[in-house]
Amino acid sequence: MRRNGPLALIFHVIFVIIMVAPILVVCLVAFTPEGYLSLPTNGFSLRWFRTIANYPEFIHAFWVSLGLGALSSFVALMFAVPAALSIARYRFRGRDALAALFLSPLMIPHVVLGIAFLRFFTSAGLGGSFAALIIAHVIIVFPFALRLTLAAATGMDLSVEMAAVSLGAGGWTLFRRVTLPLILPGVISGWALAFIQSFDDLTMTVFLAAPGTETLPVRMFLYIQDNIDPLVTSVSACVIAITMTALILLDRFYGLDRVLAGKGDTGR
Amino acid sequence: MTAVADTAPQSAARERGPRTPWALTAPALLLFVGVLLIPLAMTVMLSFHDWGQYKGIEPVFILKNWHEIATDPYYAEMFWRTFRIAILTTLLTAVLGAPEAYILNRMSGRWKSFFLLVILGPLLISVVARTLGWALLFGGNNGLVNKLLMSLGVIRAPIPFMFTETGMVVALAHVMMPFMVLSVWAALQRLDPQIENAAMSLGAGPVTIIRRIIMPQIMPGVLSGAIIVFSLSASAFATPAIIGGRRLKVAATLAYDEFLNTLNWPLGAAVATLLLVALILIVVGSNALIERRYAEVFR
Amino acid sequence: MAYLELDRVAKQFGAQTVVDDFSLAVGKGEFISFLGPSGCGKTTTLQMIAGFLDPTRGAIRLEGKDLTAIHPAKRGLGIVFQSYALFPHMSAAENVAFGLEMRNVPRAERAERVRAALAMVGLAGYEDRHPRRMSGGQQQRVALARALVIKPSVLLLDEPLSNLDAKLREDMQIELRQIQRTIGTTTILVTHDQNEAMSLSDRIVVMSQGRIEQIGTPEETYERPASAFVSQFLGKTNDFAATIDRTSAPARLVAGSWSAPAPAGFSGPVTVSVRPERIGFGDAGLAAKIVTRIFQGNHWLFQCESECGPAIVIRQNDGQTQPAEGETVRLAWRPEDMSVRAGAPA
Ligand SMILES: Nc1ncnc2c1ncn2[C@@H]1O[C@H](COP(=O)(O)OP(=O)(O)OP(=O)(O)O)[C@@H](O)[C@H]1O
Ligand SMILES: [Mg+2]
Repeated sequence: MRRNGPLALIFHVIFVIIMVAPILVVCLVAFTPEGYLSLPTNGFSLRWFRTIANYPEFIHAFWVSLGLGALSSFVALMFAVPAALSIARYRFRGRDALAALFLSPLMIPHVVLGIAFLRFFTSAGLGGSFAALIIAHVIIVFPFALRLTLAAATGMDLSVEMAAVSLGAGGWTLFRRVTLPLILPGVISGWALAFIQSFDDLTMTVFLAAPGTETLPVRMFLYIQDNIDPLVTSVSACVIAITMTALILLDRFYGLDRVLAGKGDTGR
Repeated sequence: MTAVADTAPQSAARERGPRTPWALTAPALLLFVGVLLIPLAMTVMLSFHDWGQYKGIEPVFILKNWHEIATDPYYAEMFWRTFRIAILTTLLTAVLGAPEAYILNRMSGRWKSFFLLVILGPLLISVVARTLGWALLFGGNNGLVNKLLMSLGVIRAPIPFMFTETGMVVALAHVMMPFMVLSVWAALQRLDPQIENAAMSLGAGPVTIIRRIIMPQIMPGVLSGAIIVFSLSASAFATPAIIGGRRLKVAATLAYDEFLNTLNWPLGAAVATLLLVALILIVVGSNALIERRYAEVFR
Repeated sequence: MAYLELDRVAKQFGAQTVVDDFSLAVGKGEFISFLGPSGCGKTTTLQMIAGFLDPTRGAIRLEGKDLTAIHPAKRGLGIVFQSYALFPHMSAAENVAFGLEMRNVPRAERAERVRAALAMVGLAGYEDRHPRRMSGGQQQRVALARALVIKPSVLLLDEPLSNLDAKLREDMQIELRQIQRTIGTTTILVTHDQNEAMSLSDRIVVMSQGRIEQIGTPEETYERPASAFVSQFLGKTNDFAATIDRTSAPARLVAGSWSAPAPAGFSGPVTVSVRPERIGFGDAGLAAKIVTRIFQGNHWLFQCESECGPAIVIRQNDGQTQPAEGETVRLAWRPEDMSVRAGAPA
């Protein structure tokens, strides 16, 4: 394959700058020493990171997001792992329809999901509750959990399981001692990707969250609606840092290209 | 969606009864029926209910909301704006994303994975944070973008970005760009690495190679990326809400307003249902078209 | 009474019959090979014995008890897979210990048996290695130890050596045979390598397209192939078209200028099948011209054009001068070195 020409490289550089600029500018503004939005031209300051401490609702929202992401991804996997094993290994009537159903939250706009869940949980008397958030998030992260688990289950050497069976393992023992360890990288990556999706979701959650169950994106969004000041940039910078850490871990652990291929045609 | 490969081998443990696969999927199936299909059905139902400022939601079956959407030009304008923004965003991502994917693919190993990370990584970073970045860059008439464009002599007077469709399209294109690059990238991976050399050996120049050899082969990738970008842009919420503010409404932000500000749930449900149906029709329809047109490339 | 018995076993996948009418009686301690080309149903048969597939028809019995009703986890058979199927997340010792754990063997005894099993396959000292850090041959040995440590009633091997290089494969063949002799486990080996089947087995089951072509000792299947398929599949062979000449008394078997007293029970066109190493160059016999002569170290290989079509001859390199290319020769063999089948060659 031939190398890129100078024109292509110029295009590439501009492209990358545009892709990075908005993220970079948020992180830079977060370090401003001024009391208003500005680039930190007169030295860096952590004052706006310290200011976060004076806004307990941001801190609370962070913990809500964290718990929600961790829990809903875990619950989604409890459902997704058996489903993935079944879809990966059996040919049965309705298999394709089931797979399409399980991936459908990717196709449905999150506004529509938010409205549907709001209506549903309000009639069920669960409006604004943390339980409702968990259930709703289980649905939206399910496709991500399913895909990566499915990829692992499909790629698994079935004769390893047969060997275990021939040695006397069966049922739960077989799953716990052989099947699960073999698909574990896929399961963990599925969890991580699901977590990020849940942690980032605004569109659906903004319909469901009530004061007390507001997630960080919802809190940030509502704050931005009123005014944009350096505080929200420092909070954003923290969120970006957390996501980047998760991203790098995911890359080390599983390979980001594989994870993102699983995210291929996704929704928000 | 072709996530499930057609390669299901038979069961490993042993040939089991036909009920095993269903037993394994039953919990997830129940979950989806219980808390996805039923709520969606309830939403469709809701769009036929009546609502009044003082009486609230009345569970009757009327076409009032649908009639209002069909006749009030406000909704036609709003939907037209929604889809116009989505189409422009899709075009922008295709025009910039496809060449970038091609350039990326021609880079050598380490640079390739580094820039892939830089370009695809934002996919996982909070949309609120990314849009906030654009709001900062646009920031009024003397925002960074305007300053830069004017100092480069590209424009003479500042362009208003905040609270305009232009701003929305730019920010949305940034948010959606990774999907397009990823999709074209996937198509490029299927290309025979020797194919350009083959074309060259037959006497084709660089432009001809791109136009006659590369483009036709990555077109399915561009188109499937376009479908993703279009449907996500048409239903986007965070970016239009932050850049567009309270004045410039799209379908998603309108539905949000009806639900959480006006509290006219039935009307909001009708807007959402219409958005869902329109998107499903467009996505399924164009998918079918593309697959028919490019059947031989997909094979 | 047979130890392991397959009684008219058949397997269908949908409309396709993959194994049909498969009957075999295996004696205790016997080493049996299933030999046949790719796709002939060897693995399928083995998996039915192992219990991963259920026969469509027929019965499989172990010591007279019906096996088909027993779950594979309870059959107590040892299996070595072509891919070895080692547990990648467990060390060699943990792999071998797994089956004992499932049988609730006490910890101390388990450790002792694992150590002994690994020592038996020559892997003493490799207890803590993980499969990924072992060579193909070592992985193969772990798989064997894992299958043997549970003292299986039958050892099933599905092409266990096919992933090894030629030299290692030979070493493992010898080792496998020695281990099997020592512990006397009834063994079934699936292979499509005729040399492997010959050198290891007490008896060979030659299969083709889901059916048994012949069951016999290596000598029997080689010297007296029951069908054209068997003779072709087990090494090189020459099939000459011949006729029974009844005009002379006693009747004679004639192939071109070669003839011999006719064996009883044949009439009309027959096929005479002779191994290339059993043909000699003589003064009388089938007229042939040598087309190519290839030197292969310990032997010479001649490709000839005879009166009855192409022929291959192998001669030991015993220092004698050999005919040159283009020379005309006579091909001759002893009647006891040939096998005769009814019908013309395929
Ligand atoms: N699950 C299945 N469904 C349908 N057909 C199958 C299945 N498993 C095997 N077959 C078919 O059965 C035939 C025999 O397969 P089998 O694996 O037993 O062959 P084999 O003799 O072991 O071949 P090889 O030497 O290549 O391993 C093949 O034609 C194969 O395509
Ligand atoms: Mg096989």
